[in-house]
This record gives sequence, structure tokens and C-alpha cells, in this order.
Amino acid sequence: MAKSALLKSSLAKKYWMAFTGLFLCLFLIGHLLGNLQLLIPVSEGARDQFNEYALFMATNPAVKILSYLTYISILFHAIDGIWLTITNRRARPQGYVSFKPSTNTIWASRNMGVLGTIILAFIAVHLYQFWGQLKFGSLDDSLYTTANDQEVTDLYTLTIQTFQDPQYGLIWAIIYGFSMLAIGFHLYHGFSSGFQSLGVNHPKYNGFIRKLGYAFAILVPLAFAVIPFYIYFILEKI
Amino acid sequence: MNLTLKIWRQKNADTKGKVVTYQVSDISEDMSFLEMMDVLNEQLIDKGDEPVAFDHDCREGICGSCSLQINGEPHGPDRGVATCQLHMRKFKDGDTITIEPFRAKAFPLIKDLVVDRSSFDRIQQAGGYVSVNTSGNTIDANSIPVDKESADMSFYAATCIGCGACVAACKNASAMLFTSAKVSQFALLPQGEVEADRRVLQMVEQMDKEGFGNCTNTGACEIECPKGISLENIARMNREYLKASVK
Ligand code: HEM
Repeated sequence: MAKSALLKSSLAKKYWMAFTGLFLCLFLIGHLLGNLQLLIPVSEGARDQFNEYALFMATNPAVKILSYLTYISILFHAIDGIWLTITNRRARPQGYVSFKPSTNTIWASRNMGVLGTIILAFIAVHLYQFWGQLKFGSLDDSLYTTANDQEVTDLYTLTIQTFQDPQYGLIWAIIYGFSMLAIGFHLYHGFSSGFQSLGVNHPKYNGFIRKLGYAFAILVPLAFAVIPFYIYFILEKI
Repeated sequence: MNLTLKIWRQKNADTKGKVVTYQVSDISEDMSFLEMMDVLNEQLIDKGDEPVAFDHDCREGICGSCSLQINGEPHGPDRGVATCQLHMRKFKDGDTITIEPFRAKAFPLIKDLVVDRSSFDRIQQAGGYVSVNTSGNTIDANSIPVDKESADMSFYAATCIGCGACVAACKNASAMLFTSAKVSQFALLPQGEVEADRRVLQMVEQMDKEGFGNCTNTGACEIECPKGISLENIARMNREYLKASVK
């Protein structure tokens, strides 16, 4: 019974939710560190550095394993999350005439499913836009050799051009910014919630975990969101 | 004071219910909410109407019988009290008060404001006990040393009166706060340790079977609980369950 309980029970679903969610938080940090290289001025060799980094990320075996874990986590987290949202709704077939959840809960905690769905839609668009182009698209034509003698595809130029596009650049930046807002709200509740789900709750550490979660939920999405606006408004045009 | 009451009326589980509006007047602010309901019911009986059915027993916040959803919150707007301890001074003259039953698939409606909370009993029966010999040579409980902190925390968990406000408040109609309190009160004591694994596995299994929702850690339950049962108990249950399932 014990083993199947760890797969099927309500608590098990929460463990997987929390485990994959917190793993994705680690992924966000890694992804952000890579993206921050887009802030490097064009004149200082940003193109070579970013493309070499992208090549490393695509070929290093350890990174490969991590990336597969990330895909699986997103998939699992999304399926589990949507499933939980639906079954939770079924637990109250007849609703209240008057229900005031705002008196005892924060908005983000009640809308994890909606926020998650926005994030999922964003991930789909985002993957199509960059990763899809890298794997299946026309980027092969952009192969060139960097100053370090590495043959790379030019993901950098694709990225910069997307956000510097005179017609759509700003719209993309706003879409990305909005999606980061959704991630921010998701994590404003989700970060500390994940620890609670895994049973980490102690009066001594709760304050710290909550504050760390708030800092994470504000700073990480903000840093992500700044990049496309920086590329559109500030970075020299390429 | 004079009040407008919007009350859920439903003859039984098989008929459709609806909100019916009533007026009550000359309500004293020193009355408890249930006494105000008594006034309404006397008024209805005098008129030859069917009184509103609602659960109540001790009327001093111990039994966990009363169970009204008042203006969108279980046990009303006050904190740390059951409906029977809610006083009319929390309302103003001329207020409209919406009164509904606790809503959950696992709390099927019986009549008007009365719901069947026996799902809680079944969770409790699935493992919320300690097996000790009580047939004559019972050992005094105090012969087993318990540290003060565990004793206190166990006691706080045990103050849960099983009213179901946690389920009613939760957007997912989850029974995690109740179940975790009942798991915790024993898990924290040496007497409860022996059956700890079986207890948590069986109680959670029963909780799932009853059709309660899952926990999203919104924290509504803790705030609405008349006894202030802490979310710490849910985390403890999560730990206990994880421990028991990997064994
Ligand atoms: C970068 C991506 C994401 C990160 C970092 C993330 C992180 C988290 C974390 C840490 C939690 C808290 C887990 C818990 O309460 O135990 C959570 C909950 C949740 N996530 Fe995500 N998430 C992401 C994407 C998604 C996506 C794509 C969905 C798709 C629908 C989603 C749906 C949900 C739902 C519904 C919950 C609440 C589950 C519950 O408490 O019952 N998330 N997320």
C-alpha cells in the first residue's frame, strides 16, 4: 500500500507538485544567468559570447540531462497542476451564494491554475520562438565561426532582432513582461507553499522561507522582464 | 436591531434549494447568532411555517456542532469563535446577512443548513486513535515522560472540535487541516508513535475516498478555524505521510 500511496494519494500529488515546482525555481536561476549575457554591449563581443554559451548549453552532457529533467518537470507539473485544479473544483459541486475568500487568502494562492496556464502558454510560444528555430528552423543558415574558432548558430542575432523589430519588438517585450508577471505571482505564493507541501514548516525558519520566496518571486521575474525592454530601448541596434 | 436574513432553504437532499429572505426585528446585540436564529424560528412557528433547520448542541464552542456559513465565511466574520459564540454586536442595524450551509461534496446536505459531516468520523475511525489496554490494568499515562513542547503542541492539535470550518473555508473543500490535527495530536506523543505509520496512511486514504479536495496552502482554514489550528499540522502530516510511505 505504501508504495502506491506515494504515487496516487492526494498528498503524493502535492509532493510531486512541490518537488517539480521548486526544481523549476532552480532552473529559472540558471536560465536567468544565461540571459543576463544579453545585457553585454554589442561592441564587447556579446554575439560570440552568447552563441558560444548557447552551444555549450546544447552540447554539454550534464546540461543535457538537466534540460531533460526540466522538460519532464514542466510537463509533470503542468499535468498534475491542471488535474489538481479540476479535481479540487469537483470537491464543491454546489457553490456558495456568498463566498469571501479575499478575507482569508491572497489572490495568487487562489489562482495558481490560471497563472500556471498563462505560464504554460508562454513556455509554448517561447520554445517555438527560439528553441524551435534552433532545432528545426532556419538557423542552420546562420552558422558562423567565432573569434575562438567555434562553429556556432547565431541565436544571439535572432534574439536581438526579435526584440528590436520596429513593428513587433515592443509587443514581444510586453508579452514577455506580462508572462514574467504571471510567474512572479505564481511564485509569490508557490515558493513558500512548495516547502510547506514537502513538510518543511518550523516557526524558526518560516519567516526566512517566506521572505526568501517573496524576494525570489519579485527579483527573478523582474530581472528576466528587464532584458527584452533593455534590448528594445537601450541596446545599440544591430 | 433589525436585520434582513437571506437563508438557504432546502427540504432535503433530493429537492432543489433556494435562498429565502426573512426579516427579524428587535434583535439584541448581546444575543448569540444562534439565539437570533431561535428568534427567527419562533416567528416562523407562530406563523405556521417550517422553522429553519440548523445544527447546534453545547452552544459554548466545544462540541463542534454549529456550522453556518455567514456572509461568505464559516462561523461568520469574527475570528477564533464558532457560530454559537458569535455575537450580534458584530453586525449593524439594517445589515443583510447571508446564511448558508457548509458546502462540500463530502458534506452532503440533509436539510436547510444541516449537512452530514460523518465523513470526519470515518477519517477519525480509520486511524485517529491509540490502541491501549483498558481492561483493568491500565497504565497511568503520566508514567511515560513527554517533553513540554510536544505535550503543548499535541494539546493544541487536539483542541480541534471537528466542526468542518476548514473544509467550508477552503476553496478546494479540503479536509487537510482537520485530518492533520487528528494525525498530529498522536504523532507528537510517544503513546501514538507505535501506530504512527498506519495511522497517517489510513487516515489520508479515507480522506481521499470521502471526496475532499486537495490542499493548495492558501491558509484560509487556519484563519477561519474557531480553535486556530495551525498549518504546521498539515506540514507535519505531509512529513509523517512521506516517512510512512517510503518505509
Ligand atoms: C517556470 C515555471 C514554473 C515554476 C517555477 C512553478 C513553481 C511552482 C511552485 C513552487 C509551486 C508550489 C507547489 C506547492 O504548492 O506545493 C507551484 C504550484 C502550482 N503550479 Fe507551478 N510552476 C511553474 C509552471 C507551472 C505551469 C506551466 C503550470 C501549468 C498549469 C503550473 C501550475 C501550478 C499549479 C496549478 C499549482 C498549485 C498546485 C497546488 O497547490 O495544488 N505551474 N508552481
